[in-house]
Amino acid sequence: MSTTATAVRRAPRRRFRFSFQPVAAILVAVLVLGVPFWLVVATAGKDRAEALDPDLKAPSQWHLLDNFATVFTDGKMLPAFFGSLLVMVPAVVGVLILGSMAAWILGRRGGRLSAAIYALAISGIVLPPAVVTIVLLLRQLGLAGTALGMIGVYMGMYLSTVIFFVTGFVRTIPHELEEAARVDGAGPVRVFTRIILPLLRPVLATATILICLYIWNDVFYALFVIGGRIDTLPLNLYQVASAGLYLQNWHLIFAYIILMSLPLLITFMVAQRRIISGITSGAVK
Amino acid sequence: MSTNLALAKRPRQKDHPLWFLIPALVVLVVFFFVPTLFNFVYAFTDWSSFKSAINFAGIDNFTSLFTNGTLLNSLKVTLVYAVLVAVFQNAFGLGLALLLERDTRINRAVRVAFFVPVIMSALAVGYIFQALLKPDGALNAILGWVSGAEVSIPWLGDTTWTIVVVAIVHSWKWMGLSMLIYLAGLKTISDDVLEAGRLDGAGRWTMFRSIRFPLLAPAVTFNVATALLGSMNGFDIVQATTEGGPGGTTELLNIFIFRTFGQGLFAQATTMSLVLFLAVTILAFPVIRYLRKREDVL
Repeated sequence: MSTTATAVRRAPRRRFRFSFQPVAAILVAVLVLGVPFWLVVATAGKDRAEALDPDLKAPSQWHLLDNFATVFTDGKMLPAFFGSLLVMVPAVVGVLILGSMAAWILGRRGGRLSAAIYALAISGIVLPPAVVTIVLLLRQLGLAGTALGMIGVYMGMYLSTVIFFVTGFVRTIPHELEEAARVDGAGPVRVFTRIILPLLRPVLATATILICLYIWNDVFYALFVIGGRIDTLPLNLYQVASAGLYLQNWHLIFAYIILMSLPLLITFMVAQRRIISGITSGAVK
Repeated sequence: MSTNLALAKRPRQKDHPLWFLIPALVVLVVFFFVPTLFNFVYAFTDWSSFKSAINFAGIDNFTSLFTNGTLLNSLKVTLVYAVLVAVFQNAFGLGLALLLERDTRINRAVRVAFFVPVIMSALAVGYIFQALLKPDGALNAILGWVSGAEVSIPWLGDTTWTIVVVAIVHSWKWMGLSMLIYLAGLKTISDDVLEAGRLDGAGRWTMFRSIRFPLLAPAVTFNVATALLGSMNGFDIVQATTEGGPGGTTELLNIFIFRTFGQGLFAQATTMSLVLFLAVTILAFPVIRYLRKREDVL
């Protein structure tokens, strides 16, 4: 309905010729995305007997809300949700602050030392974290299985990304802005917090989105560091799906998947324009 | 201190004090570089959960992993998986970008839809496809409905082709991201260039092959590099679909590391972690450098 409205509005610029492109676009989306997503929703709406062999049939009776309630209470979803927040929020805030501080200096100072530190600091973008010996180190530090240890590990992994993005951005900020504040007698801390940090907002927004996406969905590193001690949503999903109790309970697994995807999905729907432009701006120079 | 003109113009060193670097460097050193260095140490020990002492063991871990074939198998699986993902993810992403290039309302909606898998948990995507690809699952049901005969292909149970299927699932999750990068790349191509090509009588295919695709080089670099790195560090999707099976044919290094770690064989897990580190270092940097060079030619 709304598509006809735009077609009418744009009509003068376009020839009246039937195009296969919209049909192809919708067909591809339905086949490639619609089938898996429908499978999730339909199965999450079935009862146990019907969901035993997940298929594309619509449920004879919708039990979607019942299944949501079941995974919410039995699947310990609320503690897992807060567990996810507990490790994600401090890690993201931490990398943004420490990363911007470092990036400001690295973006402004010339010289071989800064260049070497910069190269080392961004090498983590490519190099894989040493996941096994991280556990050993955390044990030696007394941080094994703690939220603090997990936060540190995530910060170590994603500082490189922040430093890379922000350093590039810092170099585009004119020196004069800092200079003006300095003439007024502001020290480095003041210049950084009052002038630089506010200017970094767009690039920090992009970095926040990317890193939240990684940490919210991470299960691999969480399995090593806090598995069995603190529940996060993906860890919990892993347990729900691999535990004998839940084996073949596809309706509950898919109900869980829908619920755990909702926070990011809603954030994405609300801020999609920003997210998409933020992600693409960094990639193509 | 004499403040001459040159100094006043150029920012002085103390305006950007080095101590601003310290917190970030401390975190990087403690949580990233020290564990990486430990990799090079503990891979040569007999560290395990079965005894408290950790002794030097030389290259025992390497020889045992090498002789029982797991090292080469996991390494091979990881590299094949990475290449397959890089190919599929870019093919799908570029195809979608070309299909959805025009800024119509439908295209914009479809683009957003294709980004949904990107923001979903990879583990969740793995479980969805585990259900979809069962021998009596939905995909075979669709194929059976189309062909009119019973279809029961074991998509996730074939020792040769399952790695391809899993790589396609991985690409399915990430193709929305590649699509966006390609769309952004297509937007940067100036209309003048395209107009010039059209005036020279280039058809659609020639336009794409000789003008648009070469100009997409930066987008290709980014997409190939991220696909390679992402899949070499892959775990979630494979763990959720095949857990490394059948018969170890999809056992990525990270799957092996996780499994061996769970068995308490920490030194062996560390050894494989070191192998992954070296493989990425040896492979990723030259690939990125090669792709960058290709950009410069243009």
